[in-house]
Amino acid sequence: MKATRNEVDFSQFPDSTGHFGRFGGRFVAETLMEALLELDQAWQTYRNDPAFLTELDQDLAYYVGRPSPLYHAERWSRRLGGAQIYLKREDLNHTGAHKINNTVGQALLAKRMGKTRLIAETGAGQHGVASATVAARLGMECVVYMGSEDIQRQALNVYRMRLLGATVQPVTSGSRTLKDALNEAMRDWVANVDNTFYMIGTVAGPHPYPLMVREFQAVIGREAREQMLAAQGCLPDALVACVGGGSNAIGLFHAFLNDADVAIYGVEAAGSGIETGRHAATLCAGRSGVLHGNRTYLLNDDNGQIIETHSVSAGLDYPGVGPEHSWLKDIGRVQYVAVTDAEAIQGFHDLTRIEGIIPALESSHALAYVTKLAPTMRPDQRIVVSLSGRGDKDIYTVAALEGIQL
Amino acid sequence: MNRITRRFQELHRAGRKALIPYITAGDPHPEATVPMLHALVQAGADIIELGVPFSDPMADGPVIQKACERALAHGMSLRRVLELVGEFRQTDPETPVVLMGYLNPIESMGYTDFIAGAHAAGVDGVLTVDLPPEEAAELIEPLQAVDIAPIFLLAPTSSPARIRRTARMAHGYLYYVSLKGVTGSAALNPAEVAEKLAEIRSYTDLPLGVGFGIKDPATAAAIAQVADAVVVGSALVSKMDALAQDPERMYREVAALLAAMRQAMDQGPSPEPKAGSHSPTTP
Repeated sequence: MKATRNEVDFSQFPDSTGHFGRFGGRFVAETLMEALLELDQAWQTYRNDPAFLTELDQDLAYYVGRPSPLYHAERWSRRLGGAQIYLKREDLNHTGAHKINNTVGQALLAKRMGKTRLIAETGAGQHGVASATVAARLGMECVVYMGSEDIQRQALNVYRMRLLGATVQPVTSGSRTLKDALNEAMRDWVANVDNTFYMIGTVAGPHPYPLMVREFQAVIGREAREQMLAAQGCLPDALVACVGGGSNAIGLFHAFLNDADVAIYGVEAAGSGIETGRHAATLCAGRSGVLHGNRTYLLNDDNGQIIETHSVSAGLDYPGVGPEHSWLKDIGRVQYVAVTDAEAIQGFHDLTRIEGIIPALESSHALAYVTKLAPTMRPDQRIVVSLSGRGDKDIYTVAALEGIQL
Repeated sequence: MNRITRRFQELHRAGRKALIPYITAGDPHPEATVPMLHALVQAGADIIELGVPFSDPMADGPVIQKACERALAHGMSLRRVLELVGEFRQTDPETPVVLMGYLNPIESMGYTDFIAGAHAAGVDGVLTVDLPPEEAAELIEPLQAVDIAPIFLLAPTSSPARIRRTARMAHGYLYYVSLKGVTGSAALNPAEVAEKLAEIRSYTDLPLGVGFGIKDPATAAAIAQVADAVVVGSALVSKMDALAQDPERMYREVAALLAAMRQAMDQGPSPEPKAGSHSPTTP
């Protein structure tokens, strides 16, 4: 069922119960329904409340450091010999990634709802750090669930969270990674709904999370659109962003979805290669299912059991994806592609050496796709790529791949 | 008539409450499931809730999670669960079986195949934990067409509007989650449960089962005073895990725990227990 772009008004999705076509929704146990309804009601109350939005804008300006620059990577563009490449510098935000856009917003909502305790799940630790950061600022208790495997891989971020006063709770069930941390955070929320606010870090989960997180991240695309129009007097020809759960991608894409002439690419993690089975390319290689409260594309086996994913980038290592992405794929508005670990590592080195910017391994997937896309375009065309985070957290991983012990 | 409805009518006439044990299919290994089910029936089970293992059981505590992991490690799947139910049915045509699990294995199999398979195997009810009434229409209409009851959960936080809506869609019985938490959580409060059940009864005539947090005969007896059915899961599953190396002892001791609950429920302060309403019991 393909719809042409102009038939869809993207601002009208999701519907009031969180559906993007057949995706999304609210697939949770009854024990969580009232909590979600309460959250939805609070969100509906404050999303257009002038005082709330003013406070949010102040925090984004003075605490996060927005707007983030739209940087013309001239040297890299010349090297690739095609389109002009613009980097949306989310890596320059406080805490070093786009994740803080969302946690600042959800924390304001938690405060207005009278909640005193924040919980979060984290994979690479960036959302955990962003959650611990806002909890510290508001003086709230914070518990971050993190797979014990990820705790081993991301020692630096674990320590950052502890410095910020958060409790990092190791999760030892299942595959001991992000998906299991999400399960455990949901279990905590069920048991502590009265005083606890669950900050989901991506555009997945039950409604209203995919909508709410999108709205908090959509500032990325709104700014990029204005910045491009101001600097160049036109819209970009293409957008590129990496997709794990998909929050930085939706954040960049959303303001452009109704601009039919802007081509949009979401880049997934092909890990060792999709054909090897060791990957996290949910949209490229998965099929529709239900996990973590929404219907979406999933990586699961023939019996509907969720399978373990692989990516060099912990932040993309997730077997689901936000339901809006599943819908955008099916209606053909966004093209989803995948790049391997090796290609992403090359993108990491390229940007570091050519532009003097060390990118996160997640963002490096988007960069790797740009190295393929840009040469197919003319020098008067423009690509905006989401540089979703900085790479300091990944230097141990990259060094280890090169046989260097730090 | 659906076996669940018939069973509740028999119990009602006999003045007894239903005892519903839960075990995870394939735990501790697939060969143990059917013998365990028969042992549970002999010990006084009125209805069986058979867990379909899932890799990400969000609403379950550590005991059921680990049971799922053990079962999956032995290759258990929804198709295999249906085969086990079919096998159980060959020797027990009476005891209702409710499948309890999560939606994704059903989505993966396809609703049509699943419902045909469940009907052929002799499944009587389906409780899909992460499928609230709002999202359920597509599954429950074809389920009811083959007289399989969709079972739904209610929680301490469920509002009157949700209770009414859920009760309209449910068949068989309603499963009241006795506390804010996951399966196998700590103490439930019988007085609070009684209060909420009274509220739910003002909206529905369906039998009300209570589960999550019932670990021992005394709690089972207390809940049986106010509910139509007592569901016990984690307490049985953790005993199965502890005795997994000695299957005969496992069947015996798990059955003994259930029998103790049965006895405590039947001996409750209300009128004397009545015999004869039950499936035949043999030692």
